[in-house]
Amino acid sequence: MPVKTEQIIEQVRASRVWRSIFRSGTGNSTLHRALAIQQNIFLHLFATKVRRRMVRFSATWYLGTLTFGTFLILVITGILLMLYYHPSVPQAYADMKDLQFVVSSGLFLRNLHRWSAQLMVFLVFAHMFKVFYRGAYRTPREFNWVIGIVLLLITLLLSYTGYLLPWDQLAYWAITVGSNLSSAVPLVGSKIHFLLLGGNQVNANALLRFYVLHCVILPLAAILFIAVHFWRIRKDGGLYVQQVDPKVQASAVSVLSAKEGQ
Amino acid sequence: MPDATLKVSQSFPAEFDRRAFFTKIGLGSLGIAAAGTIAFSYEYLSPNVLYEPSAIINAGKPENFAVNSVTMDVNAGIYLVRTEEGYFALNAVCTHLGCLTAWNQDLGIIACPCHGSKFTRTGEKIEGPAPKPLPWLKTWVSDEGDLMVDRSADIPPLQYLRI
Repeated sequence: MPVKTEQIIEQVRASRVWRSIFRSGTGNSTLHRALAIQQNIFLHLFATKVRRRMVRFSATWYLGTLTFGTFLILVITGILLMLYYHPSVPQAYADMKDLQFVVSSGLFLRNLHRWSAQLMVFLVFAHMFKVFYRGAYRTPREFNWVIGIVLLLITLLLSYTGYLLPWDQLAYWAITVGSNLSSAVPLVGSKIHFLLLGGNQVNANALLRFYVLHCVILPLAAILFIAVHFWRIRKDGGLYVQQVDPKVQASAVSVLSAKEGQ
Repeated sequence: MPDATLKVSQSFPAEFDRRAFFTKIGLGSLGIAAAGTIAFSYEYLSPNVLYEPSAIINAGKPENFAVNSVTMDVNAGIYLVRTEEGYFALNAVCTHLGCLTAWNQDLGIIACPCHGSKFTRTGEKIEGPAPKPLPWLKTWVSDEGDLMVDRSADIPPLQYLRI
């Protein structure tokens, strides 16, 4: 009974509760549909109208959206992993092994988190290459490219801080080597190293600091910059669509005609 | 200079009225508060007490080390070497990026597994990305006759401890 289902949906949409949440009202007019986007806190980041060729697969290969998808998977699986993981020296490695062998679906969630992390780094680079080779970073989108660079750094820092948390040999030495790189900063290098690790060597303080960075500070920074990144797409004139510049075309024509005239 | 005071009294009220004064006071106190926040944050983030192993290591009786032997203390990250010239201790942490090096008895060299730096028994660099030789550490004999090493105190090389 498709007609009856539609009637029920219309009744719900016309109800006082629904209208109190979604104020754009019922109706399928262009105005109603535009208001539905514009008045939603999440959707208002995006444009109310887009050109069909902007959202074609060939325009972006959906690489930015896919990157955001892996980020969502990482947030969800990460929160679930936090329920079994203690960021302390005696327990961290054992908790990681418990997640693999004892906790139901723990192996699945941990591997999903790990593979999504690898995939996210790959997708971030693929997204950047696509943007770069299409020239989508140029004016007026140059500031969104800079925000993208910040998001690249946050992605890499998330990978790096997450690498210590299993607290195995690989993690320990990778962070020992990686944190020693910060000592190479002129004048304040050893201070940065000390603050990053909360001590002179990779130890309990370093594990806790990396855990807080990985689970709180860096994800919050990522969410903030992702929101700005999405909002700037609308503000900078929507997704980039390759088009022939009339000026370039005109100058090419004039050069040709000038040559013919000789 | 009566002329100068006249100039100041004329230009003073126009450029520096009450509103500008309070704006400066406000911005100044915000600046002081920001600087204080940075200082407090830095102090808070650098721990005052560290629960790290002691820098001073008791290596046991000197007689336990044979002549021309290199003994590694993995937990402390040091080598204890006894040669015909005497005893010395080397920091086993690679000067490149902080990996723990290892003594290779067959080749008679110290090698780093991370990036391939190689050192002689006395800490001199043979090859690899390491920028500096392995530092010599302060050694002495305690009142009980034990060989002691201070990991935090580097000394110039070739200062052998003779017992």
